[in-house]
Amino acid sequence: MAQAIELADELAGLALFADLPNPQLQAAAHEFEEAWFGEGERILRQGLTGSGFYVILDGEVAIRAGGRDVALLGRGDFFGEVSVLLGEPPSADVVALHAMRCLHLAAPAVHEFLLDHPSVMYRILLDQTRRLRNTTRARG
Amino acid sequence: MPPDAAQKGRDARPFPPGEYPLVVVGSGPGGLQLSYTLTRLGVAHAVISADPAPGGMFRRFPFFQRLLSWTKPYAPAERGTRAYERYDWNSLLAEEPENRALQAGLMDGSSYFPSRAEMELNLATFAERAGIVVRYGCRWEATRRESTAAGDRFVLETSDGEYRCRVAVFAVGVAEPYVPPTPGLEHAPHYAETRPAETYAGKRVFIVGKQNSGFELASGLLPWARAIVLASPSPAKLSVVSRSLVGIRARYLQPYEDHVLAGGVAVLEASIDGIERTGEGETLRVTVRPSAGGDAVTFEVDEAIAATGFVAPLRDLPALGVATFGASRLPAQTPFWESATVPGIYFAGTIGQGAAGLKKHGMPANSGAVHGARYNARLLGERIAEKHFGVVRAGRRLAESEVLPFLVEEISRAPELWHQRAYLARVVSFDPDLGISDAGILPLAHFLDTVGSDALAATIEANAEGALYPVIYVRTSGRTEEHVLPGHPLHDFSTAEHRRALVSLLAELGAASHKPRTGEPAGRHQGS
Repeated sequence: MAQAIELADELAGLALFADLPNPQLQAAAHEFEEAWFGEGERILRQGLTGSGFYVILDGEVAIRAGGRDVALLGRGDFFGEVSVLLGEPPSADVVALHAMRCLHLAAPAVHEFLLDHPSVMYRILLDQTRRLRNTTRARG
Repeated sequence: MPPDAAQKGRDARPFPPGEYPLVVVGSGPGGLQLSYTLTRLGVAHAVISADPAPGGMFRRFPFFQRLLSWTKPYAPAERGTRAYERYDWNSLLAEEPENRALQAGLMDGSSYFPSRAEMELNLATFAERAGIVVRYGCRWEATRRESTAAGDRFVLETSDGEYRCRVAVFAVGVAEPYVPPTPGLEHAPHYAETRPAETYAGKRVFIVGKQNSGFELASGLLPWARAIVLASPSPAKLSVVSRSLVGIRARYLQPYEDHVLAGGVAVLEASIDGIERTGEGETLRVTVRPSAGGDAVTFEVDEAIAATGFVAPLRDLPALGVATFGASRLPAQTPFWESATVPGIYFAGTIGQGAAGLKKHGMPANSGAVHGARYNARLLGERIAEKHFGVVRAGRRLAESEVLPFLVEEISRAPELWHQRAYLARVVSFDPDLGISDAGILPLAHFLDTVGSDALAATIEANAEGALYPVIYVRTSGRTEEHVLPGHPLHDFSTAEHRRALVSLLAELGAASHKPRTGEPAGRHQGS
């Protein structure tokens, strides 16, 4: 449980966890695991089973498909939820653009975590809705 | 025993301060296994250790003197064989038959979990028989970098003087007690300072933390304490549920059963608001806030213990640029256990869990335990020998007819694959010029992220539902695809179905078309 208290403070500053009261923030800090990736390292690999859900604490990643960066994500952003929710391998690589520190929740734990923390689920839904709207606008 | 100035002149210990190609710090399982491998590969190195004898953390822990990791004296595989390593989690790895599976011969038969003393003896016996030379009583204290005409050096300042080296390996464990900044936690001695169990007779004990160390203490105190409370914010994870070493091991579940049967142990999901002495000063008042919400709850107890974990004792390495992360402040590492931010600094032993690998389905590797770390250390020795000292081991050439039985044997019995699931892989290279060769055991992450010739990597993997199955990664023309093979109720991966699947994948690799040119040696594939 080392550093969980400090991590809970860090989570409090991220939009995804902004609605959680302190005891739940501390519990979330215990549920998630911290991970670190070096520049160029792949966090998600296209086509491989068994991926997870990630929230960026520091650094930046690129979503890379067909050798092209289709989106950049930074602090507070999350990724991997599509693959986890659909139970399918990722359809793109996610690559650290430079040193990147993040939180990781394994796919099997995501379902229960979201049901236990509906405010986090709502924030994910909001984000997905914005992405859908932007995609629709871009196509329209 | 650091010598005083008068003794220094006649100090008979090996590896006096000076310049060495490579310095290994630590004499626990990681340092011993690495030194063994380096010596067999002919890589000159010095090993220094602050301890007076081999064993690392096992010279002191676990507190209640019984390990969590088993060695089965009688197992489905014959003792001393490679296949037996799957059932023996505690012996270090040796090429000589007489130095293998030492732990099984050093146990008194009362448990298949060795006692702490038996584990310490196992490691000391290995060090002695394998001739591992260590300078004991030499404490690493600080580190700096130095540029010389001969190139950059790390300078390790120790209690005996300065060591200079191009490559440094820190096998220093993850056993530095950590106490979070919770108000009043100074009233709770750390796990490492727990007193003999009988001194808790008749007392109410509050344990902060619900991991194995907390439950180990609770188990040991069950016959003594009047009441026990364990608390931390998230639910207790159980290894039989997580199906991995993450979670409380079955041996320590008794307090949990006591809790669910309401027998005097309480296991709470709550954060600790604070601990304070009562007015009389003889008892403690612990205030917790339930994670599920609701009012704070206060307990009056006689004792509190902080089972709040351990961190890696990296001293000033972060100031040198070594990035760290996570609850245990582990150094960020490449798949070959090199610092991700300071090349030339490596890590061996339990600290190597900082190279987390893919963690597919959330299943961690066993790098934090001896039965995972020993394979990592062997591989690390080979990697350092090749990368820094030019010791390249040629891949063993395989005839086309050998490939299928070799792969079936590996996925059925290779201890590296069974212990380090989705982490270490058996790699077979199919090079159009060099032919088919066994490229050895490699980190799976390295294989997946390296460009190289056509090849396959075989692993054993598991998911959170408890399925266990082989996975074959096939790389052709620079593109890698994952092929999940079926599981089997008895974990028999040598069935006709598995063979058919492998034959099909080998056909994909065009095994038949990869015949070496006459007279050319087989080599390791690029990137291995």
